[in-house]
Amino acid sequence: MPADAIVQVRGVGKSYDGTVEALREVNLELPSERLSTLLGPSGCGKTTLLKIIAGLIPLTSGEVWVKGKKVEGPGPERAFVFQDFALLPWANVLRNVAFGLELRGLAWEERAKIARDYIGRVGLKGFEASYPHQLSGGMRQRVGLARALAVDADILLMDEPFSSVDEQTRRKFQEDLLALLQVERKTVIFVTHSIEEAAYLSDQIVLLSPRPGTVSRIIRPDIERGGRSPDEIRRDKNYLDVVDEIWQILKRYVD
Amino acid sequence: MESTQPLAQRSLVWQLISFALFFGLWELAGRWPVSLAFPPFSKTFLALVRITADGSLPKAYLSTLQPLLIGIALCGIAGIGFGIGMGLSRAIEWASLPLFIILQAAPMAAIIPLITYIYGIGLTAKVLAVVFLAAPVVVMNSYKGIRNTNPSLIQMCRCFLGTRRQEVIKIILPHAAALIFAGLRLGLAMGFIGVVIAELLITPTGIGDLITYHSSVADYPEMFATIASIIVIAALAIHGLERVERRLFPPEIRGS
Repeated sequence: MPADAIVQVRGVGKSYDGTVEALREVNLELPSERLSTLLGPSGCGKTTLLKIIAGLIPLTSGEVWVKGKKVEGPGPERAFVFQDFALLPWANVLRNVAFGLELRGLAWEERAKIARDYIGRVGLKGFEASYPHQLSGGMRQRVGLARALAVDADILLMDEPFSSVDEQTRRKFQEDLLALLQVERKTVIFVTHSIEEAAYLSDQIVLLSPRPGTVSRIIRPDIERGGRSPDEIRRDKNYLDVVDEIWQILKRYVD
Repeated sequence: MESTQPLAQRSLVWQLISFALFFGLWELAGRWPVSLAFPPFSKTFLALVRITADGSLPKAYLSTLQPLLIGIALCGIAGIGFGIGMGLSRAIEWASLPLFIILQAAPMAAIIPLITYIYGIGLTAKVLAVVFLAAPVVVMNSYKGIRNTNPSLIQMCRCFLGTRRQEVIKIILPHAAALIFAGLRLGLAMGFIGVVIAELLITPTGIGDLITYHSSVADYPEMFATIASIIVIAALAIHGLERVERRLFPPEIRGS
């Protein structure tokens, strides 16, 4: 993969209370404007790694560099999409999507304009005044995605974003995400435990071993996506080979 | 809409029937009589009209509600403020949480007579009685409301570069608002208890005095009318606050 690394993870280790070791010596390069997946069995520390890159969790050893700067905390070039959506229940869709901009002190008209634009792009036009409890899980995550896009970060960090939506919604969402990324040119780091999801979405798949989590393999699926329908991709030989290859590796971690 | 209207009417009818049944039984029990000191509903109602007309009941309420309102206002400002402080600062929590856990568990009514030794039998003593009973629940609810903030929302706020100040104002306080308000409602219920106990035990004024007085001269209908009136007023006040609470914080948009 030619693109240069926008995120560099160097020798990162993380232990909780000095006893539970979640990550050990993780070294990773995540290429710019590509979608990388962190994949592994539950408890392998993939979410921990993502939150360390986000600057939400302090690391125990090593360092993370983003766009040539060492990570000391959250930054404007990174935006997060949460597994449980993390929407304000008392705020409508418009305010939730604009919330990142609200925190940055943008004037109301300005941030509403940007938020409306992204609400449209994630396919939620007409739901601006709805509250999260009135939306389905998939729609709530679209709000979370729009909020992350609205702050115009270079890097989207997505923590199992589709894990709490049903399979049909998940597929549609994956397709929409790929279509959206064609236009948006973002670097995406995506945590999932679904092999199919990783193979379908990723330019690069990072397989993590179980606790303590380390990089066990990096796979770069060479799936031709240009101009093909999602269903054609799902029948692609390379796609099926990647799914099988990952399964052969992960199988060893399942007892 | 068509089906809910008759339903609402029907529930009103049932409410009226239940009231009629209750007052009817009361009337019967009074006439039977259960005890010479137990007046029937009709006599109690006439007594209520009498003590309202001669001004003694309104005057007593003035004297009872004043310390109640002052006490609840104090709890509302200082108690909520303190509870929020406890929720936000580990140091304040460490220093005061044990005290409030003890206060919440202790039978506070028992210490009301002690207030007299220091503050006499005036307005101050009554206000203090209200504060002592109401404050623990107000403080603890505010504290728990703050502490129960969804950690994922706090991470979200930090991730989108919110400052600590924004985190408190835009996430933690709105999230805790419903629980804080519920604490105030429970505090009011405790405050009613506090003020009446204070009037019965230490300062012979207001509603407590009216009950004691009518009981001592054997005006039982007047005594029951006074007791019934304070029960009704307390119940209505708390029910009213509960409705305000449901209007302000419907369960769907609540944080917790």
